[in-house]
Amino acid sequence: MTKTYINGVGCISTQKTFDTVFLEEAVVNHEENVLAIIPPAYKEYISPAASRRMAKGVKNGIVASALAMKDANIENVDAIITGTGLGCIEDSEKFLKSILDNNEEFLTPTSFIQSTHNTVGAQIALLQQCKGYNFTYVNGAVSFESALIDAKMQIEEAEANSILVGGVDENGDYTTSLFKLNGRIKADNSAPYDVLNSTTSGAVYGEGANFFVLEHERKENTYAELLDVSIVNTLEENEVEAAIISFLKSNHLEISDVDALVLGFDGNVDFENYYRNLAENSFAQTPVLYYKHLSGEYDTASAFAFWMAAKILKTQEIPEIVKVNAVEKSEYKTILLYNQLNGKNHSFTLLSK
Amino acid sequence: MEALKEELKNKIITTLNLEDIAVEDIADNDPLFGDGLGLDSIDALELIVILDKDYGIKLVDPKEGKSIFQSIETMAAYISANRTK
Repeated sequence: MTKTYINGVGCISTQKTFDTVFLEEAVVNHEENVLAIIPPAYKEYISPAASRRMAKGVKNGIVASALAMKDANIENVDAIITGTGLGCIEDSEKFLKSILDNNEEFLTPTSFIQSTHNTVGAQIALLQQCKGYNFTYVNGAVSFESALIDAKMQIEEAEANSILVGGVDENGDYTTSLFKLNGRIKADNSAPYDVLNSTTSGAVYGEGANFFVLEHERKENTYAELLDVSIVNTLEENEVEAAIISFLKSNHLEISDVDALVLGFDGNVDFENYYRNLAENSFAQTPVLYYKHLSGEYDTASAFAFWMAAKILKTQEIPEIVKVNAVEKSEYKTILLYNQLNGKNHSFTLLSK
Repeated sequence: MEALKEELKNKIITTLNLEDIAVEDIADNDPLFGDGLGLDSIDALELIVILDKDYGIKLVDPKEGKSIFQSIETMAAYISANRTK
């Protein structure tokens, strides 16, 4: 069976993750419950004429994909597969607001055109003139993993040799206000916001775009091999360990073979035991990492973890800022990512050097 | 009329997100489409909505658009003559 390799990465996030080596400029923001991306110089990647109708999520997706392509040193891919939880929510909000404000009259086309979930994948394909397979997965917190599974299967079945796969989400003001009302985002005016040692409900929210070039062959610039991805819709807290053991076993691995575990702590005290149980028990002797204090929580935040794991496998260095415990390994060969959102949409992703 | 032209330039820049263009960059007689501002067919729809929403003018004959949207000058003249609000 053909193996799948990560040969290029591109990350636009709430940290400075472009024009950097890794996370050397990362800063934890304890003062805000909704983190905004650090914008790159869009004009270097998109002409002003093309960018004037694009929402930030589209622009971030285009830049992240361009960074990944450049990193992989390729100019064309066979397929583009995108994961997104809320799609182009900013333009969706604009369009819906316009319907209400104008009593269903005077609807302008621009925000409607840009409001669909597959706008990002479509715009990337237009700019690259990629006429191959183009698919967008909208599966909540496993949107990115759904895209990954598709990409892996395409490569395994030799349907494609190089695939641009990514996760992208953006914050919209109205949706953010709704998430504050329903408790998905931590309450305003309750700073400092802590992700790892939180005592309150709700998450610190964020946004970002992470794209990767997956290919069927190992190259000089390969970051890692994508070994496996698994999605489980619902698990109880006490079922996670067994699910991980089973997932590892299907890849002929045991817990002791995992050199680092990346967990999706998002600051929501109501569901943190899904992670804490693992960190303090079965993976107590394993380096445990977290990332949503840097990226914020969003449906495709796990793509940021994927970027982080790929970087660790390539550089063999774990930045202090992402460590949950002090355990270290002399070499990092296998990394397991585990994420879930409010007890649903569990995903397990396995990378190896 | 001068105030209306200024208003139209501002509306066009804002509505069409012409990020790198300022009011003073648009001459009254510059073509809005093609070689001038380089607007396209989607922008034309946005301009039609501006006429309807802000000045109460409904374009019944799409062919009229070509002459009305030639420049800021022609737009302002048409709006002055036909506006209902």
